[in-house]
Amino acid sequence: MSQQVLEKKIEASDDALRIVFVGHVDHGKSTLVGRILHETDSILPSKLKYVEEICRDRGMRFEYAFLLDALEEEQDQGVTIDVSQVIFKTKKRTYRVIDAPGHKEFLKNMISGASSAEVAILLIDAEEGMREQTKRHATILSLLGVRNIFVIINKMDLVGYKKQVFDQIKSDYSKHLASLKITPKAYIPISAYVGDNITSKTSQMPWYEGKTLLESLDNLERHKPSEERPLRFPLQDVYKFDKQRIFAGRIEDGAVSVGDEILFLPSQKTGIVKSIEKWHAPAQTKAAAGESIGITLEDQIFVERGEIACHAKTKPIVASSFVANIFWMGNTHLMKGAKCLLKLTTQDVECVIDSVVKVINSSTLEEVSETAREVAKNEVAEIVIQTKRPVVFDLFEQVAETGRFVLVHEGHVRGGGIILKKA
Amino acid sequence: MDHLDKLENQSIFILREAYKKFDKLACLWSMGKDSTVLLWLARKAFFGRVPFPAVHIDTTFKFPEMYEYREKYAKEWELNLIVGVNQDAIDRGINYQNNDPITVCHELKTVGLQQAIGKDKWNGLIVGIRRDEDGTRAKEKFFSPRNIDFEWDYKDQPPELWNQFQTDFDKNAHVRIHPLLEWAEIDVWRYVERENIPVVSLYFAKNGKRYRTLGCQPITKPIDSNADTIEKIIEELKNTKISERVGREQDHSQRYAMQKLRAKGYM
Repeated sequence: MSQQVLEKKIEASDDALRIVFVGHVDHGKSTLVGRILHETDSILPSKLKYVEEICRDRGMRFEYAFLLDALEEEQDQGVTIDVSQVIFKTKKRTYRVIDAPGHKEFLKNMISGASSAEVAILLIDAEEGMREQTKRHATILSLLGVRNIFVIINKMDLVGYKKQVFDQIKSDYSKHLASLKITPKAYIPISAYVGDNITSKTSQMPWYEGKTLLESLDNLERHKPSEERPLRFPLQDVYKFDKQRIFAGRIEDGAVSVGDEILFLPSQKTGIVKSIEKWHAPAQTKAAAGESIGITLEDQIFVERGEIACHAKTKPIVASSFVANIFWMGNTHLMKGAKCLLKLTTQDVECVIDSVVKVINSSTLEEVSETAREVAKNEVAEIVIQTKRPVVFDLFEQVAETGRFVLVHEGHVRGGGIILKKA
Repeated sequence: MDHLDKLENQSIFILREAYKKFDKLACLWSMGKDSTVLLWLARKAFFGRVPFPAVHIDTTFKFPEMYEYREKYAKEWELNLIVGVNQDAIDRGINYQNNDPITVCHELKTVGLQQAIGKDKWNGLIVGIRRDEDGTRAKEKFFSPRNIDFEWDYKDQPPELWNQFQTDFDKNAHVRIHPLLEWAEIDVWRYVERENIPVVSLYFAKNGKRYRTLGCQPITKPIDSNADTIEKIIEELKNTKISERVGREQDHSQRYAMQKLRAKGYM
């Protein structure tokens, strides 16, 4: 392993880049993550010893996956059940790895893990090639808005490191990704088990001229939030611990300053920001995206959780219906007329599925059938949602934070979606 | 915005969600660095107040320094301190001399907590666990339901998308809320340093030993260390190859010990 690239110690999760590993159940995700942890020296010796002992007791070779699969059941079945999060570090930056299960049964766990990722690694087994899950995962990543994607062709050792195998998978998968408007950052042939092209280039695949996996990740430019963007400040709560009324929430996009006139939607009430409140922190006159703050206003107005504060010039949409792409995780089918609770930022609004425009098979990306009007588990659909009262939102492609939502059905979070347009 | 700011902002967001969504909310406080940082973050979220009880599930086997610290800061920070003891188990002679650590932890902590919940009917419980502590904690969610028997169904956890948390559950269940899930051990210390948060003196080295985590006195062992300041502790953690909970006997007494304890409701 290359010591120039890697630093030895595990440190804090300093501004960690969140990276999710997804792929079919047997394509080697946990092995790859375990291997990366090992090569970046991010595993404590006690943990290594613990896994060595388990493997010895079971009479098996050292299993990198066990570094991630902590549950007894996961080790017995060789299947990751739930998302693990671990940290590794290169000289460039810290990564928070989200190891998401690949099994269809655990798709909602994968979605849960992938929804917060900045980068996704899509893993494909060179021997098996593209599988249904591999395609489905790409569809879901595109719906979740994860745009930085690396495609990793694993187990190259099992196919004699042949270029043709790599080229074939690359060509097949590119077509699928192109239909999702995804252009991967790179396709990288590796062997997680042997350790080829992870931290150091292998001599086994001289035909591959690209970078190793970790070099590629380190080269990635990160998205920087901009204060120039429209202000979106969803109210989380209003506190009145003493005389002051404090409006608490987290700024989702843009920035707010003392003296700004802000507009609350949907109520259309306005107020002038008197102060930005934090406890045990230096006084500040401006706050930006990501900050959990309180504000006080010059004049007292009555607004509640669920309102979104903005500047009048850059207003979000207020409407009672919209068209969205959703993915469904419920065991029962989602049908026209179904009642759900829509959660969008801090808004909780009852809604009804007004119509199912089309149901898409998330692996083939084809319409299930022209007459299909029910969305089954793990399917993707375009639907029209009608809300009981007006909701405040943006189109996903304009402001991601206020352009996405979850659907709660019978008390459970069963769907997620992004808003495409007004209905 | 630096790394600690990001963690702080996220934790405040989660605490405010919990406060809004749960009418019977409490925060577990062990007087350790993590749950103390948690109370500090609550004061951040609620502008100097902790608007719910701080609950200490007391095994009665803690270090004297921890009890002193508890009394001092409960008063100074105006906490609504609730101390829960499983007196029945103590009376039955459950202790570290007679029983293995897993049994004692289960009886005095898990069952002790069950009794406290039964009495005060909390439906939301804020707990200071972190993903980097242990493999099973790595699989936790920010809002994690426990059924009436306290069991954790790790196979069927609610998805957490885009900071939308499932907060409505069966009336008999309670929800664990984990605002520190994404913090690493060193982050906690950097935050203690930045915010100047008082911590129990046992964390600092004396005669070449210090406690890296604090638990019950009979089963918590100090590590070799000369770190007698926060700065030195941070430096030590940057270089360590030893896991944080190495001094906690209950974790290591059986294989999958934490999984077994946690599936039954341990923190």
